[in-house]
Formats: sequence, structure tokens, C-alpha cells
Amino acid sequence: MPRIRDIAKVCKSKNAGPFDLTIDVVFEDDATFEKVRATGVLCPALFARLYGVREEDVLFTPYPAGRAFKATLPRLIVAGDIGDTDVYGAQQHAPLLEIEIPL
Amino acid sequence: MREFRMVSVSGILGYGYPEASLNAALERGVDMIGCDGGSSDPGPYYLGSGKPFVSLRALRRDLRLMLLAAIKARVPMVVGTCGGAGGEPHLKLVADMVREIAREEGLHFTMALIHAEQDKAKIRQRVREGRTRPLGRMAPLDEGTVDRAERIVGMCGPEPYMRALDAGAQVVLGGRSSDPAPFAATAMRAQLPPAQGWYAGKMLECGAAPATPKGPDCLYVTVREDGVICEPMGDRACTPLSVANHSLHENSSPIRHVEPGGILDTSECRFEQVSDKATLVTGMRWQPADTYTVKLEAAEKVGHRAVTICGTRDPLLISQLDGFLGIVRTLVHSKAEDLGIAPDQYRLTIHTYGRDGVMGAREPVRQAGGHELGFLVDVVADSPDTASAVIALARTSMLHADFPGRLCREGNMAIPFSPSDLTAGEVYRFSMAHLVVPDDPYEMFPIEYEKV
Repeated sequence: MPRIRDIAKVCKSKNAGPFDLTIDVVFEDDATFEKVRATGVLCPALFARLYGVREEDVLFTPYPAGRAFKATLPRLIVAGDIGDTDVYGAQQHAPLLEIEIPL
Repeated sequence: MREFRMVSVSGILGYGYPEASLNAALERGVDMIGCDGGSSDPGPYYLGSGKPFVSLRALRRDLRLMLLAAIKARVPMVVGTCGGAGGEPHLKLVADMVREIAREEGLHFTMALIHAEQDKAKIRQRVREGRTRPLGRMAPLDEGTVDRAERIVGMCGPEPYMRALDAGAQVVLGGRSSDPAPFAATAMRAQLPPAQGWYAGKMLECGAAPATPKGPDCLYVTVREDGVICEPMGDRACTPLSVANHSLHENSSPIRHVEPGGILDTSECRFEQVSDKATLVTGMRWQPADTYTVKLEAAEKVGHRAVTICGTRDPLLISQLDGFLGIVRTLVHSKAEDLGIAPDQYRLTIHTYGRDGVMGAREPVRQAGGHELGFLVDVVADSPDTASAVIALARTSMLHADFPGRLCREGNMAIPFSPSDLTAGEVYRFSMAHLVVPDDPYEMFPIEYEKV
């Protein structure tokens, strides 16, 4: 079964302000985007499980114009607070890469 | 059809751009030259300390070229969130640099400075009046949080920029501002609709980021009544996909962008390639807010930092890492008490690279698999002296702590340099993400004019 890392064109994370993390997955073409959307694997519950947050704290937006899915959720630690590991939030995408999509 | 042409030189003033790209934009003809000067992304230190996050040398280079270009082309030059965080010291830094460049180059113009740093007494008054509210998961704003802040800035909307340009300023330098605001302001002032103006600003605030390949370069945007055409300078292209995907950048939603005074809705946008390099976007909408609000950002000081870096190649230590780090913590705790340092005077954090140094508690891979591990030992304490004392204890404890089955009895760690402890200065934290309801869009952002 293909994983996100095998079929995505972009998979990235970044701060959405100092308090939130946003994760984007972009696919190559409309057909792949629609097929992935139809599997329902990418959803708020998945991001809640991967990042240990409550499902109601995940803002999940499919974005057909960009062939993309976006999930925004609370950072583990506010950017730059004591104990933070990633001030820019740029390296928090990896757990998503391994997710299998039944295409 | 009415048109307004804007060029943004770079994603951040000081990140650099090719001079040839700016010249290419000027040859096409521009009505304004702008740049976003800052971001909260590099963290709270810059807002708290009043320092920029780019080098002065890079800032000066980027500023000089755009200032010369704007004066020569007789168009406005507008920079938002000057100096990185847009507080008073940041704005003064950039204003002084502009004055200096003007003196050297013999340039003359009217300059406006839009101040965005907020007076604590005024914010306390707004708290008492119930005119503040928290964003996201923040607690409601209280006067204690206001008092503890090292610096508070308000996020300026387009209105003060429009006023400054109306008053005849050719160079407008703003403190903390909504990133698209300087661009949206100049487009709206040219009688173009807010939706198109804000959308153009959203694209321009990051330089050539909406293009492919991404890179530090200039973006040329033509705002029309029906839409926005994006075109990068240099060997790049704005494609429908690259532009659409820029709406994902550093925000919580690609279709709903909250700004001072309203929301930019991009859910119905259409993207059409109009040349090899350019894409036309139409269908953006602007929904004015019922109440005009200004976002507050603040940083408060939490202490002083000292760090040390070390690594281990010992498999016996790696196999019992959590136990070892526990022993180190206990040692530091008791030795610090011997020095009269109480546990609440410092925070010790040990980042373990090779295990969970990047994702911390969110790391799904829990066992350390590598043959070596790197440690960044971080102490934040109530004074530079306490930080230095505790990091020295932490270093020697990492190096010499005994653990069950230990064979490497001369030292547990490879330490790459001497001196081994580094002081990293003051530490701040972001302490506000709140909205305040001002009397009008101008009252929090006084404008000062001068002849340069």
C-alpha cells in the first residue's frame, strides 16, 4: 500500500503563528488529490492521533484549488518557550510520511 | 481598466534579492516598491530584546537598493514590520539607516514613521474597559500580563499607511503590521477593491515564495479591478498551482484569512496561467468585520540562558539513557543546592538528538536506534551568574556521572570545543495573542513625518 511519502508532491510543517502548527500535504494532480480524499484517511482524527491533541483542536481543510490538505493544531510548546525543540515548526511533518493510503 | 503595479523585493528585508530582478521590475514600470520587514517566526527573543534577526549589513544592502530605486522612479517605498518585530527600537534602527543612506546618496523625500509599540497604561485601560479578548487557547488578558511584558506591539492595518501616503510621504516605514497591510494600503488608495488589494498583499509579503522554484527574489504583482496577476522576476514562474499553494503558507486556513477589519475569503479563487511566468487570480472576496480589532503581541523576559553541547558513542550508556539522564538531573539538583541555588531558580532541559531532539514528546519512534547520540544541554536561570553555575554542573555531570555497568570511566561524553559552556543571553516568551477594540484604526498607530 503506498504511503504519503510515496505519492505526495509536498509534505511540510510550519508555524501558523507562535501557538499553532500547520501541516500541508500537496498532491501532483487533481486525480490523485480526489482519490486520496475519497479514502477518507486524511481527517481530523488522524492528525489528533499522530500529534496527541484533541480532535476538536484540529482545523482540517481540504483545498482542491491547491490539490492539498491542511491541518492546523496546537504546538506542543509555544514557539521559543523553554523546552521547545523547533522554533519555526519546520520539522514536525515526519509522522505523516508513513501513513498508508489505500489507493 | 484601472491597474496598479507593485513590486516586493524580498520575503523579509535583509533576506536578499538579486539587484537585476529589481531593475527588471523597474523597466516594466512600478507604482510602488515594498517589502515586509519582519515576522514572529524567529521567536520571541527579537521582540523582547529589540534586536533584528537579520544582520545590519544585509538590512542596509536591501534597503539601499530599494530606496534608490523608489526615489529614481518617483514612487512610494513602503516597509512594514520594520526591523523584524516592529517595536520602537526596530523602527528606529531602520529609520536611522534610511536617513544615513539618504545622506550618503544625496536623496531628499518626506518620510513617515508609523509607530506600533503600545503604551502599557493604555493597554491596561483597555483591559479594565473589557475591550480585549483572547485569541485561540489564550487566557483572557489581565493587567499582570501587561505589566510583565518587556514590549507590546499592535498589528497595524492598512489605514495608517493610507493616511501617511495621502499626507505626501514617499517613504513609509511601519512598526508591527499585518504582513499584507502595506501592499493592501497602496492598492486600495489607488481605488482598487479591498479583496484584490489584500490578496495582492498576501502574495507580495513573501517575495517570490508564490513562484516555482522558490527562492529569494522579487515578485511583481498587477492589481486589477477583476483580479491579481502574479509574476516573479528572475528565472522562475508563478503557475496556478504555485500561487494557489501559497495560500497554505504559515496560516491556519488556506481559504479564510483573518485581517484587521475583515476576512479575506479565497475559497472561490480561480487561477489562470496568462503567460509563461504569470498567473491571474480572480474570485477573491472581502468580508468586512462588524468590529475593527487590532491584534496584540508581546514578549516577557523569563531569564538567562547558558548551553553546552556533547555527544556519546558508548552503547552501554545509550542502552540506559533515561536512567542516565535521571542520574544527571539528580546530581545537578543536589550540587546546585550546595551552591545555594534553589530548584525554582533554573530550568534544565536536555535535548537528545538521535532520539527525540526534533519532535520531543510527539516523537512516535521511542527507542534510540543509532550508535551515537548528541545532547544539547540547556539551562535558563534567573540571572546570568546562576545560568553559568548550573550549566557548569550539568556539563561535569554529563561527563562524569557514574551509571550501572559503566566502562568508560574517564568520561561519558565527547565535548567538541573549549570553552564548553556558551552563554546565550536573555530569554523571552510570547505572552500575548489578544485582540483589542480601538476607537478607530489609527489611534494605536501614531504617524510621525519628517523631511529627509
